Amino acid sequence: MELFTNQVLAGIATGAIYACMALAVVMIYQAIDHLNFAQGEMAMFSTFISWQLMQWGVSYWAAFAITLVFSFIAGIAIERILFKPLTKAPVLTNVAGFIALFAIINSSAGLIWDFTIKQYPTPFGSSPFLGSQLISTHQAGMIGVTVMLLVALYFFFQYTRIGLAMRAAASVPESARLVGINTSWMIALGWGMATAIGAIAGMLIAPVVFLEPNMMGGVLIYGFAAAVLGGLTSPFGAVVGGFLVGIFENLAGTYIPGVGNELKLPIALALIISVLVVKPAGLFGRHIVKRV
Amino acid sequence: MSAAEEVVAEGHQAVAAVPKRGMTLGTGTSLVVLAALLIMPIFVKNFIIFQMTMLLIYGLAVLALNILTGGSGQFSLGQSAFYAVGAYTTAVLMEHFNVNYALTLPIAGVVCFAFGFLFGQPALRLSGVYLALATFALATAMPQLLKLNFLEHWTGGVQGLVVTKPDAPFGLPMSQDMWLYYFTLVVVIAIYIFAVNLLRSRSGRAFMAIRDNEIAASAMGVDVALYKTLAFGVSAAITGIAGSLGAIAVQFVAPDSYTITLAISLFLGMVVGGVGWLPGSIVGAAFIIFVPNIAEGISKGLSGAVFGVLLFLVIYLVPHGARQVAILGQKLAGKLRKN
Repeated sequence: MELFTNQVLAGIATGAIYACMALAVVMIYQAIDHLNFAQGEMAMFSTFISWQLMQWGVSYWAAFAITLVFSFIAGIAIERILFKPLTKAPVLTNVAGFIALFAIINSSAGLIWDFTIKQYPTPFGSSPFLGSQLISTHQAGMIGVTVMLLVALYFFFQYTRIGLAMRAAASVPESARLVGINTSWMIALGWGMATAIGAIAGMLIAPVVFLEPNMMGGVLIYGFAAAVLGGLTSPFGAVVGGFLVGIFENLAGTYIPGVGNELKLPIALALIISVLVVKPAGLFGRHIVKRV
Repeated sequence: MSAAEEVVAEGHQAVAAVPKRGMTLGTGTSLVVLAALLIMPIFVKNFIIFQMTMLLIYGLAVLALNILTGGSGQFSLGQSAFYAVGAYTTAVLMEHFNVNYALTLPIAGVVCFAFGFLFGQPALRLSGVYLALATFALATAMPQLLKLNFLEHWTGGVQGLVVTKPDAPFGLPMSQDMWLYYFTLVVVIAIYIFAVNLLRSRSGRAFMAIRDNEIAASAMGVDVALYKTLAFGVSAAITGIAGSLGAIAVQFVAPDSYTITLAISLFLGMVVGGVGWLPGSIVGAAFIIFVPNIAEGISKGLSGAVFGVLLFLVIYLVPHGARQVAILGQKLAGKLRKN
């Protein structure tokens, strides 16, 4: 039993990483209705920016704030310059665009900062949390930040004018445009926010997985899985999905014989698919009624 | 009317509706392309013949994805898994059972058809991104499954298997590469004709009805579940045959040759060639084979970025892929003829 609780705790700790990423994925899905395959690479790039700032002697929190502002603007710029011309193109062409963006960012980051693994500082320290060896203070801090972010997003979307406008633009663009919402800018805003949230996720994850251009590969897959499991329409679902995926992954690695590190990912994905077969819109997703 | 309602209307689907006549080339153009493909190997070096063979093989794999996505509107990131199953079927049959290479192709096709059809069953309830995730899971799992210990006796584990390249039969005066090229060409043409006819048949119409409007299709009496899984099966079978040919051409199979990167390449090939336009498959295959090399030639350190920029250029200029170029060409030719 102790092994079980320990593994669940460890799962929650890794799950926090996925939850962060899943939140960013859901944000952009809400705004543009696609999964952004380059999201992880964008987060990685932001994290490198903050690392570079700290190398130049900027303090952690100042670098954090500057990176957030930078990511927000960069996200909007990417949408305006690269993806706005593709609004009328087919969906699959947009997906190809994300893959192209992925390749560009990954390769430029490799050229600027090279592929060596770098240490990344944590503001929370890394001593055991409340005497538990399994969760460090950094991981506890990460869970805390994720939950805070979720609450902030909830208030933003429920109680602000602009949040309401963004929701309207995402769910019924035509009607939103008729009541005077600039839907095109709402999409850009969605990109900016998603990139900023991705940057937070990147900066929180970097101390755990270390900083390098490919750091997000695995994390993004789990982030997608978490977002899909929780339901792509629900930020709350994404966070719950993140924790569930973390726990799934750890328990599969512990209890199913013959499952090493290699098979953890396929098994976690297989479990998620089984859940989706029963609940096709994800655990907390809104079921969309189709009309012919 | 609830808030969460989505009207399925024209231009709203993930995959644009392509009329079936718009899916193929005219007879004249087909013959010219065929003649070019037939004569080409006589004039070039063996290495280029090998590259052309790979072009045909990837073209076949992209064609398979095109039938699935362009035909039935289902999205797959798991084609590399079917490709791997085909490649391994051929390699195991040839090396462990001494089966003739040509006979392994239909066997690989049948094995992959069964695999794809079965995978299509749970995938039935999923669509769009959810289906993408499910197929993606398959693609990431496949290399790990091939490395499993109890299969190692057959698959050779991480090391993979070496496949012997066949000689030209009946003492034909041809190099191995050239023979394999013509062999591949015959298989590809046969499958292309099969694919064109499939899409023109009753089944093909059912695929397209599902792609354009699933609910309406089922209301018209199309067995949606059957045809969706059938599309998966056919696509998997063709991908598997491409995998078999690939294994023979490269003379080597290993788990890490069939990762998700391959599936993503095939997807890019489909987009560049034009979703739903079968001849575009070969254009898409050319893109995914040659453009990474060109990118590497422009800048070694930034090859990924150059590739990304080139891909962006292509999708800006022709968001509908090579199909758009073909339609433009057709219009121009029509105008010239009138004058």
